[in-house]
Amino acid sequence: MNERSTRSTGVTPRFSEESLAQIEVIFQRYPADRRQSAVMPILHLAQREFGGWLSRESLDYVAELVGMPPIRVYEVATFYTMYNLQPVGRYHIQACTNISCWLCGSDQVMDSLKRKLKLEAGQTSEDKRFTLAEVECLGACVNAPMMQINDDYYENLTADKVVEIIDRLP
Amino acid sequence: MKIVYQNIHLANSHTLAVYEANGGYKALLKAFDLGSDEVIEEVKRSGIRGRGGAGFPAGLKWSFIPKNDPRPKYLTCNADEGEPGTCKDRDIIRYDPHRLIEGMIICGFAVGIQQGYIYIRGEFYREAERLQDAIDEAYAKGILGENVCGRGVRFDLAIHRGGGAYVCGEETGLIESIEGKKGQPRLKPPFPANIGLYGCPTVINNVETLASIPTIIERGGAWYGGLGVAKSSGTKIFSVSGHVNKPGNYEVELGIPLKSLLEDHAGGVRGGWSNLKGVIPGGSSSPILPAEVCATITMDYDSLGKAGTMLGSGAVIVLDKSVCIVRAVARLSRFYRHESCGQCTPCREGTGWLAQIMTRMEAGQGTLEDIDLLQDICANIGGKTICALGDAAAGPVMGAIRAFKEEFIYHVEHGRCMAG
Repeated sequence: MNERSTRSTGVTPRFSEESLAQIEVIFQRYPADRRQSAVMPILHLAQREFGGWLSRESLDYVAELVGMPPIRVYEVATFYTMYNLQPVGRYHIQACTNISCWLCGSDQVMDSLKRKLKLEAGQTSEDKRFTLAEVECLGACVNAPMMQINDDYYENLTADKVVEIIDRLP
Repeated sequence: MKIVYQNIHLANSHTLAVYEANGGYKALLKAFDLGSDEVIEEVKRSGIRGRGGAGFPAGLKWSFIPKNDPRPKYLTCNADEGEPGTCKDRDIIRYDPHRLIEGMIICGFAVGIQQGYIYIRGEFYREAERLQDAIDEAYAKGILGENVCGRGVRFDLAIHRGGGAYVCGEETGLIESIEGKKGQPRLKPPFPANIGLYGCPTVINNVETLASIPTIIERGGAWYGGLGVAKSSGTKIFSVSGHVNKPGNYEVELGIPLKSLLEDHAGGVRGGWSNLKGVIPGGSSSPILPAEVCATITMDYDSLGKAGTMLGSGAVIVLDKSVCIVRAVARLSRFYRHESCGQCTPCREGTGWLAQIMTRMEAGQGTLEDIDLLQDICANIGGKTICALGDAAAGPVMGAIRAFKEEFIYHVEHGRCMAG
């Protein structure tokens, strides 16, 4: 279990019209009287639209849209690790260090990332360009070691390869 | 023998056009002709057991869904693929999503289900996009929707993305998650076949299980049942990772000798067979097998069970002699501590204790009493929790102490690893 708490910014966000339309489509995936089922996809959408993380106000806003007590939304947001409850960098670099990746050299990959980014796992660079995270198995074990940067997987990594990948990021 | 992966080498294998050009969706039409009861019988005859880890016979699971029940029924496909070492379903979704969709529609028809959900782990963002494209294609061609292939059967399908929680691979944790809650597993009984998603009868099958269904219907349950060995029929995809020369997903008949899987398919153990230390045969939860057992064991539900481990998800993790077993187990123990949902005390506290003791053992600060304490904690978790996560956390610890106790003792006595 990991402890995660929410953070307030004092700013209430609003979805774009396009996202609000998308949210209506999301609701239709579930029975009409089961709107709560939409909370996870809407939180994913909110994180994408509101700068890569979910503030207390974002959670309250989603609670209002779904018609859930805010505490239930906090429960969900704090339970699932993909919901970032603190700001993250433009590139969220998540390196797997679980068994298959570890056997294939994730220690070297992680060290290389730390040196290159001058960050420890869990830290965000001052210019908000990078967040480095150590994560559990992401399900690409036959191409270990691997990491995820935002939506994309990078597989069969080496200490040198990750430096090239970071250098090539726009 | 390739069934689930038969098309994945083809160019654009993920598209409807390529799937149909290679016989796709013909099994669905055959299923309509057979009728729902006969489809369930074929699946029973095939003997296929759940490919996600628990190994429950799929046909039997389908037959548990009450008939003539006024409630809606649901099919949920488990694409959470969270068991460390496992990455087989990802390739089905990326390279042959229509095979999964066809399997789901056949199940829906057989059991009388009109709504399916695919619960895909949240990190598989690109895979979910690929899957959504396939679903959209199927809707556009009338393969999904209110009148599937013009046969008057309704089947709707939607994706539900997870949020990064291993425990949602547990079927009732998965249901809770689709309901928009924390993914904390439910006490069973009642089983999902009676009270599942939204309190309604629910079938939950793994991706690989459902993707096997079209071929079972097309070739017949008896044909499929002739593959593999007794009580472990058919093919299975093994994700072979770690210290082999050609890590990869290999679909082979169940009952294959582990040695053959590693040598003939996965390019052999790094440094040769004599360099093998052990194999975790069915995902990180399954107790490790020492090299001498690996030399003779076959990969099927029964023989692995008899050896005190399990086939699980089919994730074969290969460790060569350079590996410190204590460190490997410590890493896994920290994983389970992180993933315990916190609901049951034995698991919440026990996984924390295991991680703490394994970490100090790894650092050379453990005692001989700690080895006993680890076993005691495992015994106090096993069977005392709502779901299997607690047992899963105990598996690697118990397995390693059983097979490599001398390494634990060496760590205590020398403050370091014998592997160097």
